[in-house]
Amino acid sequence: MKVLVPIKRVIDYNVKARVKPDNTDVDLTNVKMAMNPFCEIAVEEAIRLKEAGSASEVIVVSIGDKACQEQLRTALALGADKAIHVQTDAKLESLHVAKLLAKLVEQQQPELVILGKQSIDSDNNQTGQMLAALTKRSQGTFASKVVIEDGKAQVTREVDGGLQTVSLTLPAIVTTDLRLNEPRYASLPNIMKAKRKPLETIEAQSLNVDLSPRIELVKVEEPSKREAGVMVESVDELVTKLKTEAKVIS
Amino acid sequence: MNVLVIAEHDNGQLKSETSKVVNAATKVATNIDVLIAGHNVGEAAKSASEISGVTKVRVVDNAGFEHQLAENTADLVVEIAGSYSHIFASASTTGKNILPRVSALLDKSQISEIIEVVDGDTFKRPIYAGNAIATVKSLDETKVITVRASAFDSQGSQSPCEVDSLAIEIENGLSEFVSIEQTESERPELNAAPVVISGGRGMQNGENFALLNGIADKLGAAIGASRAAVDAGFVPNDMQVGQTGKIVAPDLYIAVGISGAIQHLAGMKDSKVIVAINKDPDAPIFQVADYGLVADLFDVLPELETAL
Repeated sequence: MKVLVPIKRVIDYNVKARVKPDNTDVDLTNVKMAMNPFCEIAVEEAIRLKEAGSASEVIVVSIGDKACQEQLRTALALGADKAIHVQTDAKLESLHVAKLLAKLVEQQQPELVILGKQSIDSDNNQTGQMLAALTKRSQGTFASKVVIEDGKAQVTREVDGGLQTVSLTLPAIVTTDLRLNEPRYASLPNIMKAKRKPLETIEAQSLNVDLSPRIELVKVEEPSKREAGVMVESVDELVTKLKTEAKVIS
Repeated sequence: MNVLVIAEHDNGQLKSETSKVVNAATKVATNIDVLIAGHNVGEAAKSASEISGVTKVRVVDNAGFEHQLAENTADLVVEIAGSYSHIFASASTTGKNILPRVSALLDKSQISEIIEVVDGDTFKRPIYAGNAIATVKSLDETKVITVRASAFDSQGSQSPCEVDSLAIEIENGLSEFVSIEQTESERPELNAAPVVISGGRGMQNGENFALLNGIADKLGAAIGASRAAVDAGFVPNDMQVGQTGKIVAPDLYIAVGISGAIQHLAGMKDSKVIVAINKDPDAPIFQVADYGLVADLFDVLPELETAL
């Protein structure tokens, strides 16, 4: 079984994003970038499927400018077999990404595609579902457990109120939730080895996808600041203030 | 302009988010239809017809939609999407599962988790874990949108509107429901509770979460948790508040033993009043708290319960 794992280069999750003074976007110059945490979980799951003998090949793919090759190398160091970089400098929406990925799915014919459930920059939570729609495949979103057996994927999903298990006909699309696994770290020898693994670059235009924008970013602002609070000395003072000042309890 | 709102329900009952999504819909159009796809949804359909502003309730009631699997529900929405300028759903796990599939099938870009309607094409939504608010304008003729329910008010009630039954069956063989493991709780739902009290890693273990029970009972509060508490196995993951868990905006949020990482703040910083109880005076949670108490939670929680 071939597994395709799309990954995204995003701002490091520990960094607090800063809005540009002209309110056109978030300022990413000189900001530490990393693989999106949910994508790390997706890569880990694919590698575990390979280690368990369910997967034969793990291909990672990233769409964006040249810098995202860094994250592809990281994924190769973690155990992926091959990387594809879809080169574009365009600002892409989830729909565009899903369409580009759908072309790759058509070319590569993976039986399973594992994506993160959302990227921590745009917080969209769309690409996996859109890819499933475009490739007419089943989808197991927000997965906390994936079991492959008898041509099906049994996916346990984190839903509001509990856990739901669905059985998906393969080929399928799965998106990862945080508790699916604990991603490993790349060892130094593996980082060295990853430099020799194949990384193919293709131009996004060559995939013949309409990348014209459907959503215009009008402006980006700082969220409204909360007024500075007060420190209280005791529980009694806290309760009194909640009753008389904030009036949130009676 | 016509809006189709996809109802949030568990077959038996309509969820409170639906009313809030209708509230968001009233800001773009006056003609608002609610779709209820499920099995034995008569009660939920009746409740939807009584939400102020709803023009018509469209019901698709058959066993195939009992679990609202994304594959068949998305096909259903696409089948009836024709005359609508906007399709709205709650940014719940159900809405997030289904709507992007609908959006791609319609060849539209989706706008996720809006917190404000500027006009019929323009919406505000948080990005980067709520550290920036983007104003975005949809250039598509059909706008496919999920709504952060906590950012909108509930609608009032009206005398019931028309309820229309549609006989649509969709069977694509892509997926099957196997089982559901529901977390039992007598307390109000996190998303809808007026008061939320959450525990973090500082609670030290799952048993200590019982210290929050008495306080939650007295305040009619829901109990939440930080990711650290969930990952440590103290409590189930559907209690998680944050960027990757539930987004809440109650009148009062009490954070106990929670440091206040960016990802947690993303889920609660729109609460009206925030109280933080932490023994570390430098914990980032104090920067967003209206009232902060530096103290050991094990001393303070019993005291707080008595004082209420």
